[in-house]
Amino acid sequence: MIKAFPLTRLLDRSAAVFLVLLGAFAIAIPALNLLTPDDAALHVSTYLVALFGKYVCYAMLALSIDLIWGYAGILSLGHGAFFALGGYAMGMYLMRQIGARGVYANPILPDFMVFLNWPELPVYWYGFNYFVYAALMVVLVPGLLAFVFGWFAFRSRVTGVYLSIITQAMTFALMLGFFRNNFGFGGNNGLTDFKDILGFNVQAEGTRNALLFISCVALAVSFLICRAIVSSKFGKVLIAIRDAEARTRFLGYRVEAYKLFVFTLSACMAGVAGALYVPQVGIINPSEFAPGNSIEAVIWVAVGGRGTLTGAVLGAFVVNYAKTFFTSGVLAPYWLFMLGSLFVAVTLLLPRGIVGTYEFWRAGRHERSAAALSAAAEDGVQVEATPPARQAAE
Amino acid sequence: MVEAKTTSSLLYLDGITVSFDGFRALNELSFIIEPGEMRAIIGPNGAGKTTMMDVVTGKTRPDSGDVYFQQGRHDLSMLDETQIAELGVGRKFQKPTVFEMHTVEDNLLLALKNDRRVRSTLLWSSTAPQEQRIDEILETVRMTALRKRVAGSLSHGQKQWLEIGMLLAQEPQLLLVDEPVAGMTDAETHQTAELLKEINKTKTVVVVEHDMTFVRELGVKVTCLHEGSVLAEGTIDQVSSNDRVVEVYLGR
Repeated sequence: MIKAFPLTRLLDRSAAVFLVLLGAFAIAIPALNLLTPDDAALHVSTYLVALFGKYVCYAMLALSIDLIWGYAGILSLGHGAFFALGGYAMGMYLMRQIGARGVYANPILPDFMVFLNWPELPVYWYGFNYFVYAALMVVLVPGLLAFVFGWFAFRSRVTGVYLSIITQAMTFALMLGFFRNNFGFGGNNGLTDFKDILGFNVQAEGTRNALLFISCVALAVSFLICRAIVSSKFGKVLIAIRDAEARTRFLGYRVEAYKLFVFTLSACMAGVAGALYVPQVGIINPSEFAPGNSIEAVIWVAVGGRGTLTGAVLGAFVVNYAKTFFTSGVLAPYWLFMLGSLFVAVTLLLPRGIVGTYEFWRAGRHERSAAALSAAAEDGVQVEATPPARQAAE
Repeated sequence: MVEAKTTSSLLYLDGITVSFDGFRALNELSFIIEPGEMRAIIGPNGAGKTTMMDVVTGKTRPDSGDVYFQQGRHDLSMLDETQIAELGVGRKFQKPTVFEMHTVEDNLLLALKNDRRVRSTLLWSSTAPQEQRIDEILETVRMTALRKRVAGSLSHGQKQWLEIGMLLAQEPQLLLVDEPVAGMTDAETHQTAELLKEINKTKTVVVVEHDMTFVRELGVKVTCLHEGSVLAEGTIDQVSSNDRVVEVYLGR
């Protein structure tokens, strides 16, 4: 039974637990940062606030990947591109906010344009001094790229590893483009030296806490959107496409329309994640488009458990915390080996990921008794050949 | 073309040829299915039975020839799988293909005749008549006790039945059923024959099958294919006493 929009459909037990935990996190971290003295045991440093804010944005990216990979079977190895495009849109807004405070004190042109002797602002930079316009672009640019890309790919029925490869090519091509100075996005150095966002200093403690809180809200909203989708009949169709695409077509579903919708939505979500990420890390440059970044994001989802949504978030936190931890100590040179072995280990030993394995284990305990019951019922069903019921079909 | 447009048949195939890398899977295949008919299609391996189904359901485009549906109203060679399914052609595959991760109930729900567009499935909520229809189908294919089971855990025979149930839920005009009793026990085979006869009371059915006892039990007109064209057509007794049929089936 699928009901239209009752909360019970969106919030199953694990979804409710997740939202409560996320809410507690969003309140506790800023509270511990702002309200406790610097030397208190429970004090959370501003460095950590920014770090957690970064993780929350990564978690949103992971969520967007899980929606298409876990439920529709589309393995995008180029989702970092949508994240970076959203980030660049936000970066452009932040650049325009610098105004005359830049090194060259040009009220209109960002520093790198002055440096390159550009006489005036390129047309595609127009409007980015308005936050609303930039926010719109954060969603529209990744969404439009995903729509055009998906329209061609899904109509031509490019699936599986071939799709993964062309998504890699897409993000790689964008990276090469953004590296060029004449592309107009700061080339190699990207966009940085941000001063303020909506009038608030991006470096200030209060702004950082606010950004963390807003990121958590965005993550919660994205999570609810994903839940609404996967718990609807649309979500069942997605799983059907993932498991037996041809069969779904023969049932009369327009598979490419389903994929296109969910792929575009996922790209928009990744764009918002990127936009929230940039003011918290203070820079966006072409290395965000690097193919390796997208693959790493897929690993987060695999570790957490694909097709679980909560797993994607957990995976992003766990892997990135491990990364922060191990890349800052004596183990730093070995991080890539550890990431690699983590992926191998998860694939071999924990193919369902952390959350997936837990859910499977819990379901297993219920099922063993249910299985016995339905096995008994089966014996009653097909013992003898009797004519089938009347209402075969009307 | 003129005769195609004025035909009374539900499915009209004329001179269909399909080649794969020079191999002619179908060679000038022609036959017609009348509305309300049940037809059994037999033939040795490689006779073109599955390719014929692929052509009718839009998976394979014919190199030449005409495929018309509903008294010549629709040219199936111009449409894709989704459009043909929407017109009312349902297909059961040779290998049972159900959605393994979904429950029996959800498999039927997905198959149920409904608006298939993105927006409608996003906002869809279950209605009493649809729930009732699912109950009826479960009853018909005798899987009521299994409704909450995940389809992947069903036995081979149960999957075949579930797939027939899904066909029913689609409410097609024409059912194409590819080897429905492969891997079934004798009792299950018998039940399946009964079920198909019951379905045939309201729908046109084309069954592709190897199992001669099953075809005999259906007791319908039989078309024997060989090397991509019709070798013989008639009752099972006529066809099985045909010298050419005996020859291609048993070898010289």
